[in-house]
Amino acid sequence: MALLQPLLPSTEISEPDVALDSRNRSRASLILRRVFSTKRAWIGSTVLGFIILWAFIGPYLYQWNYLDQDGLAFSVPPSASHWFGTNDIGQDVYAQTLIGLQKSLIIGLIVGPLAALIAGFVGATAGYLGGMWDRVIVWFIDLLLVLPSLYLLVLLSPLFKSLSWLALVVFLALFGWMVLARVIRGQTMSLREREYVKAARFMGVSGFAIIRRHILPNVASLLIIDATLGIGAAILAETTLSFFGFGVQPPDVSLGTLLALGSGSAITRPWLFVFPAAILVITVLASSLLGDALRDAIDPTSGATNE
Amino acid sequence: MIGFIARRLINYIFLSAFATMLAYVLVSATLQPGARFYGRNPPIPQGSIDAALNKLGANPNIPILERLWTWVTQLVTTGSLGISTRGTEVTADIAARAGTSLRLLILGSILGAVIGVALGVWGAVKQYRTSDQVITYASFAVLATPVFVIGIVLMIIATTLNQAVGTNVINFTGEYTAGLEGGFWTLFADRAAHLLLPTITLTVTAVAAYSRYQRSAMLDVLSADYIRTARSKGRTRGSAIIRHGVRVALIPMSTFFAYSFGLILVGASVTETVFSWHGMGEYLFNSVGNSDINAATGTILFTSILVLIAGTLSDVVYAALDPRVRV
Repeated sequence: MALLQPLLPSTEISEPDVALDSRNRSRASLILRRVFSTKRAWIGSTVLGFIILWAFIGPYLYQWNYLDQDGLAFSVPPSASHWFGTNDIGQDVYAQTLIGLQKSLIIGLIVGPLAALIAGFVGATAGYLGGMWDRVIVWFIDLLLVLPSLYLLVLLSPLFKSLSWLALVVFLALFGWMVLARVIRGQTMSLREREYVKAARFMGVSGFAIIRRHILPNVASLLIIDATLGIGAAILAETTLSFFGFGVQPPDVSLGTLLALGSGSAITRPWLFVFPAAILVITVLASSLLGDALRDAIDPTSGATNE
Repeated sequence: MIGFIARRLINYIFLSAFATMLAYVLVSATLQPGARFYGRNPPIPQGSIDAALNKLGANPNIPILERLWTWVTQLVTTGSLGISTRGTEVTADIAARAGTSLRLLILGSILGAVIGVALGVWGAVKQYRTSDQVITYASFAVLATPVFVIGIVLMIIATTLNQAVGTNVINFTGEYTAGLEGGFWTLFADRAAHLLLPTITLTVTAVAAYSRYQRSAMLDVLSADYIRTARSKGRTRGSAIIRHGVRVALIPMSTFFAYSFGLILVGASVTETVFSWHGMGEYLFNSVGNSDINAATGTILFTSILVLIAGTLSDVVYAALDPRVRV
């Protein structure tokens, strides 16, 4: 076995991978063509791309920094100088919104894929191993599903509040994978009985390698869909937590902390609330339109039969 | 059918009990009720701190599992959830607040389910027509909006309306007008008026989620053979869709009710807090701020009992709709 070891990678790469690659490529291009035949996908991806660019380039094209205080303009409504108006200490709302958008986007873009990855590994492990392991993992998933994850995040907030916002990212991902993991488990249980998986098993390939090489690529479409939908879900969770003071903490700015500050004067000075809120909604909407278009293209029986 | 429901109920009871205990352990590990006693000037004697923490059942020198055991035995034998950091009985606190939360929760979930299912069926039957497109995009927009934003936007609209009319047409701060005198009906009307905006907030969210799901479940069903059979034996289109279509499409919906109940619960807590109601949502949020282990766990127990009830109800609906379960 030890002698064979060095040979394994080369045999792996040569024949089967080429075949796999060309098949994958044609399948990928087919799916891409199907995805972008819908208006939804175009709108979603264009808007999301534009928002990401805007959030990261926008601040450089604007005269105010998000911490600058304009001593001549306290609480002024939107004007040519301050596009979204200013707050009560003269800070520019447009500049702050872009910085907050950056943070919320980064959180969403990390948490969505990360949660999908956890779901893929846990679900595939449960489905592939079966038996005792499967029962234990499913029971654990059900246990986590009993309580709304937002409640658990609120209860655990003292843990990550004192750390940086990156800790929040980890916790959001840790509590966002359960439903997808159950779906992946179901898929894996049927994949396990396929010939190529059996063949790999009888040739002595380890369970972990089978999951990585054969199971996960086959459920990749589900993972991609959920990673996309997860971006929006994570941003919503982050803003809700931050709104009540459990998420991103003050020196850092996110859309949630901005909305929390703006909500108190939402009625008298609506620009403090309405602009960040509108941008938040557009961002989440774009990611869910894209995710939904992906789902329709990849999985025609989506929805009811998904569970 | 009884066997099926009983089995599921027992499973749910175990899950809820474990979830509550897990929450107790998590909360005990994260919240530090002792922290507020330290660093005071003049310093508080260690003996008083220990006595206060012992009374809360939160002495950090006792292992967490032992504290959990004390908490569980106390709950089982005396029905007490312990004392909050403000010195009140948690059971009494919850009893006082539960009604506020349940009122919103029950109204919101029933209205949300009924309207959501109706819109979902409508959207599926009128697939790709204008009305379907409007429902689809509207629900996408609602699902992309955090619940607190919906609440605050409704408040802004109500204020504008009130200012335009000149009197308070829609009251929305708190659960009722403080100090209002009058008979039962005056008070009832006042509470109902305060309930308007929170209920709309919660219902809109629920409707958006349910209508999306019901639409796709219904689309699966509409192309099935038995709908065509029902039509060809002479049923009208409407009757075939209602009697054979909606009924079957509701089966996956009943599972979805159980799954989505968490969404409704979170939505209700957020709504309550935004409209400054003193409900369970506020209790949970405050308990974390006060490092109140007993109050936090009490809220989780309350929540998991609600989840248990919702799950069992959805199982009953499932069993009633799907004859295969009853065999």
